Amino acid sequence: MAELAPSGAGPAERPFPPGDYPVVVVGSGPGGLQVSYALRRLGIDHAVISADPGPGGMFRRWPFFQRLLSWTKPYALVERTSRAYERYDWNSLVADEPEHRALQVGLMDGTSEFPSRPEMEANLAAFAGATGIRVRYDCRWEATRREPGPDGDRFVLTTSDGEYGTRVAVFAVGVAEPWRPSTPGMDLVAHYADTRAAASYANRRIFIVGKQNSGFELASGLLHWASRIILASPSPAKLSVNTKSLVGVRARYVQPVEDHNLGGGVSILDASIESIERLGAGFRVRLRRSDTSGELVFEVDEVIAATGFVTPLLDLPDIGVATFGQSRLPAQTPWWESATVPGVFFAGTIGQGAAGLRKHGIPANSGAVHGARYNARLLAERIAATRFGRTIEREPIADGDVLPFCLDELQRSPELWHQRAYLASVVTVSPDDGIRPGGLVPLSTFLDDGGPDGVALTIESDGTGAIYPAIYLRRDNVVEEHLLPPNPLLDFRTSEHRQQLAAILERLGPR
Amino acid sequence: MASTEEIVDSLSGFSLFADLQTPQLQQVAHTFEERWFPQGERILRQGLTGSGFFVILEGEASIIVDGEQRTTLGRGDFFGEVSILLGESPVADVVALGPMRCLFLAGPGVEAFLLSNPKVMYRMLQAQARRLRNANRWRS
Repeated sequence: MAELAPSGAGPAERPFPPGDYPVVVVGSGPGGLQVSYALRRLGIDHAVISADPGPGGMFRRWPFFQRLLSWTKPYALVERTSRAYERYDWNSLVADEPEHRALQVGLMDGTSEFPSRPEMEANLAAFAGATGIRVRYDCRWEATRREPGPDGDRFVLTTSDGEYGTRVAVFAVGVAEPWRPSTPGMDLVAHYADTRAAASYANRRIFIVGKQNSGFELASGLLHWASRIILASPSPAKLSVNTKSLVGVRARYVQPVEDHNLGGGVSILDASIESIERLGAGFRVRLRRSDTSGELVFEVDEVIAATGFVTPLLDLPDIGVATFGQSRLPAQTPWWESATVPGVFFAGTIGQGAAGLRKHGIPANSGAVHGARYNARLLAERIAATRFGRTIEREPIADGDVLPFCLDELQRSPELWHQRAYLASVVTVSPDDGIRPGGLVPLSTFLDDGGPDGVALTIESDGTGAIYPAIYLRRDNVVEEHLLPPNPLLDFRTSEHRQQLAAILERLGPR
Repeated sequence: MASTEEIVDSLSGFSLFADLQTPQLQQVAHTFEERWFPQGERILRQGLTGSGFFVILEGEASIIVDGEQRTTLGRGDFFGEVSILLGESPVADVVALGPMRCLFLAGPGVEAFLLSNPKVMYRMLQAQARRLRNANRWRS
């Protein structure tokens, strides 16, 4: 087991000196902390190293305008220390001990349900401290070697402190390396990551490249200061209030849309950026409209590229880790293992590379803490089971208890609510083993990998605003989908749901 | 990993997008999302709701109906549109025969995309007509 942090541990007592470890975790943001916590609960010895001087990851720096997009609601209709409360708290890491749950709540000043950046950083530090997670800070991962062996690959991570050898490497290094397209002149301008204090943009004409959350975050924060704001990218902005999901610009940042619609000094354009060139102390930006192909030219004081981030994988592609997409996410199995280099795993926001089914285009929340924290727990369970032979034994369920068990899972499991159509709670039935809960799994593994008869329970939504349970019935490795009705109060324990679910469970046959 | 420019280059060579100019191709590249599938992964699942429209950038996929392989799709081919247009679940599995890179547009976005790109819709109709003709030849 990883050691508990002794009180008063100083720099001279930095844990995890270079050497060989069963598992090495890289990163001390939410993903690294959550996977370390989960590994330790499973008794898996591991080292955690981080280039940062303390816990928090990206929340040590961002978001610029100092308040998150993810809520924590101090008051809900469930106990704050219960698992069900996690549905209302997107920011705390998850723990088995009630006293370590919902830590974010006690660190907010009451001015908003969206924690400030310092409050989020304090929340992560509190979790690391309270649960005794140890990290070797100021230890920068710099390079990677892959050494094939008869029992599989061994990985050697070269760091600023020396070499770490392991057969299981977990990278939780965020998607936080600034990226900009190769448009001529884009290298002349600031990136989102270089944004200055808002007041320094007073009375400036500002051109923002990109119409996703980071672009609109900047526009919102600069509305008070800028004399003119132009946002441009080729395709129209999506708004989360229209997609009825987390796809698109979040409600907190739509004020610039209203200013655009009302003629208030903000212009939102669908156009590709042809070129950017210096013009005195400012810039000239040439655009090509997406609809008419007509040219537009702007002279502005500032250009900011809110063009996103890539995954800082260093040399992992050189050892065979395939990547895809503009964010250069690693291609992953449903269990967050590199699809091309077994033994390399990913936690935290990088886990969004394992996209799952994306039913109706609704993504999982793996790119945010409230999704990634559950992925991390399952990842730890997977590593424990497949690499160390430590599986979690679950007690059988009596036949008469299956229906109430399933109804309770659907109503109360935060994993199902936050990772819709992505994580599933499973119940299996077999003549030898009886009826057992199978725990939480990525839904695609239940659908595709085969196994004993059973059901997988999920919560899903379809972009119309409806939220409803979905039941996947597996018999003889053939899977049927059954969608239960939505409910305006999100109560899935009605007599209608009970009857429909009972009829589905009945089809599992004699138990 | 492909940049937007590389995706635009690929799209410009696909018959589905042959009538679009560069700004429209860039908009397509921004509207669609790149996805990657390992060998053997199911991309479409027979009988499951909520699927999407896919255009193959790299790799090959097998169309499987009730466990029987029917045909193979490759670079530039597309799939998933029939179930979206009809509002029904897919009637086939589509399985990656090797590592595959695709562009993906979720079902709810397909109608708006086709209506705003009528030349793509016309090309899609042509492809469907060819499939129908070939199916009729097979039967006769």
